[in-house]
Amino acid sequence: MGVTVKIPTQLRSVTSGESEAVVDEATTVGEVLDGLYDRFDGLKERIAEDGDLRRFVNVYVQGEDIRFLDGLETAVEDGDEVTILPAVAGG
Amino acid sequence: MPATALQCKECHAEYPLEARYVCENCFGPLEVAYDFTGLNADELRRRIQAGPLDIWRYADFLPFEQPPKTALAAGMTPLVKADRLAKKLGIGEVWVKNDAANPTHSFKDRVVTVAIAKAQELGYGVVACASTGNLANAVAAHAAAAGLDSYVFIPSDLEEQKVLATGVYGTKLVAVRGNYDDVNRLCTQISGDRDWAFVNVNMRPYYSQGSKTLGFEICEQLGWTIPDRIVAPIASGSLFTKIARGIDEWRQVGLVEGELPTMNGSQALGCSPVAEAFEQGWDACKPQKPDTIAKSLAIGNPADGPYAVELARNTGGGVDSVTDEEIVEGIRLLAETTGIFTETAGGVTTAVLRKLAERGDIGADERVVVVITGEGLKTLDVVRGTFETHEIEPSLASFESTVPEHVGAAA
Repeated sequence: MGVTVKIPTQLRSVTSGESEAVVDEATTVGEVLDGLYDRFDGLKERIAEDGDLRRFVNVYVQGEDIRFLDGLETAVEDGDEVTILPAVAGG
Repeated sequence: MPATALQCKECHAEYPLEARYVCENCFGPLEVAYDFTGLNADELRRRIQAGPLDIWRYADFLPFEQPPKTALAAGMTPLVKADRLAKKLGIGEVWVKNDAANPTHSFKDRVVTVAIAKAQELGYGVVACASTGNLANAVAAHAAAAGLDSYVFIPSDLEEQKVLATGVYGTKLVAVRGNYDDVNRLCTQISGDRDWAFVNVNMRPYYSQGSKTLGFEICEQLGWTIPDRIVAPIASGSLFTKIARGIDEWRQVGLVEGELPTMNGSQALGCSPVAEAFEQGWDACKPQKPDTIAKSLAIGNPADGPYAVELARNTGGGVDSVTDEEIVEGIRLLAETTGIFTETAGGVTTAVLRKLAERGDIGADERVVVVITGEGLKTLDVVRGTFETHEIEPSLASFESTVPEHVGAAA
């Protein structure tokens, strides 16, 4: 069943309007994102820079910010939900 | 109106002035860009002085064609010279900008006034927010005054006073079982799917403009001069950076002269991602799980954290943090020396001022402004047990035998 990724509205112009994508056979958040980058042209440069996420991008696994876990090395399992969101809201 | 576009703070891409907050190229935050060329400082000053006694006197620096008509006015709060506080701390000159004197008793009235006026201009019928409490009060009140529906999202463990002072306005109040960062994440998700004006999500570029007016007022109230140092609280870092942004805009148009103030940010130790980034020399903040009595500052993942660090560094200032005990002492210190009762956020700011004074960071000839952002009645519980009440019988004998000669801590 793979890992489900929630795509924020700001990235849907490069995902043909898709708000969700399923990535199979990924064991870490980094691999999930690589799977998305392979599928959607233009996605990588928007949210990543020099092999890491840009500083205003938040990624969550099951609702927890990956910076509280193992970052891009955070393990994921089939059925997990990964959420990408802009980090510039609130306060 | 010199507002020209929304511009990305990271890559400088431009977008039209609509309900939008994220750069689609790099995910950086958008802010309102202005073109101030051709503005005359004397004319601007005259327009400001002839304007209303609220933030709309600064309409030339806010993103509207015409000053909107708003039902609840915000701003023009007192700037009080605090000689007894200065003396107690052994420093030269301190002023307290008391932003508790706003319609819903915090600086949030400034940002919400601007955000809701913009939401109405853009045709929204529903406004919403993710709040640590003060914003909840302001959004609920201003939406009621404007006749708009509102949804207010708060962490479920918020102080009761702030919950009550929000629900009373008839908003749809949603208490989320989680901390502020959970509430913020949820609201960011909801804002992608609903046609609502979230004041601090999709309306954030406009909302944050309201905080500039604190910088304008401080300078105007000091006779069109820039103070040497400003001590202000940091939650998301928006207020802190926009105070300086406002002063910088006035320098650009010639309304004031001189350097930016030394900017000192204040955080609670139990939620100090910006202080940590400053101390460690990082250019981004590592998120934290907040655990502090200063709930209005309890943002563990601050959106403007990197910019707050940069501002503190560039102005020779800093970002300090204080313990919960020091926060309560700060509340008492401000109350006992100025007669101003502030909530926990103001306790944080006052405690950081004290720390700076004790460390010898403040020069003897400096003019310092402390920004007090909210009212003490909102966080009453924290001062419980910090003083003694002398309960007596209604007789002279009981009074004389029970109450000591010198009551209170006046010095």
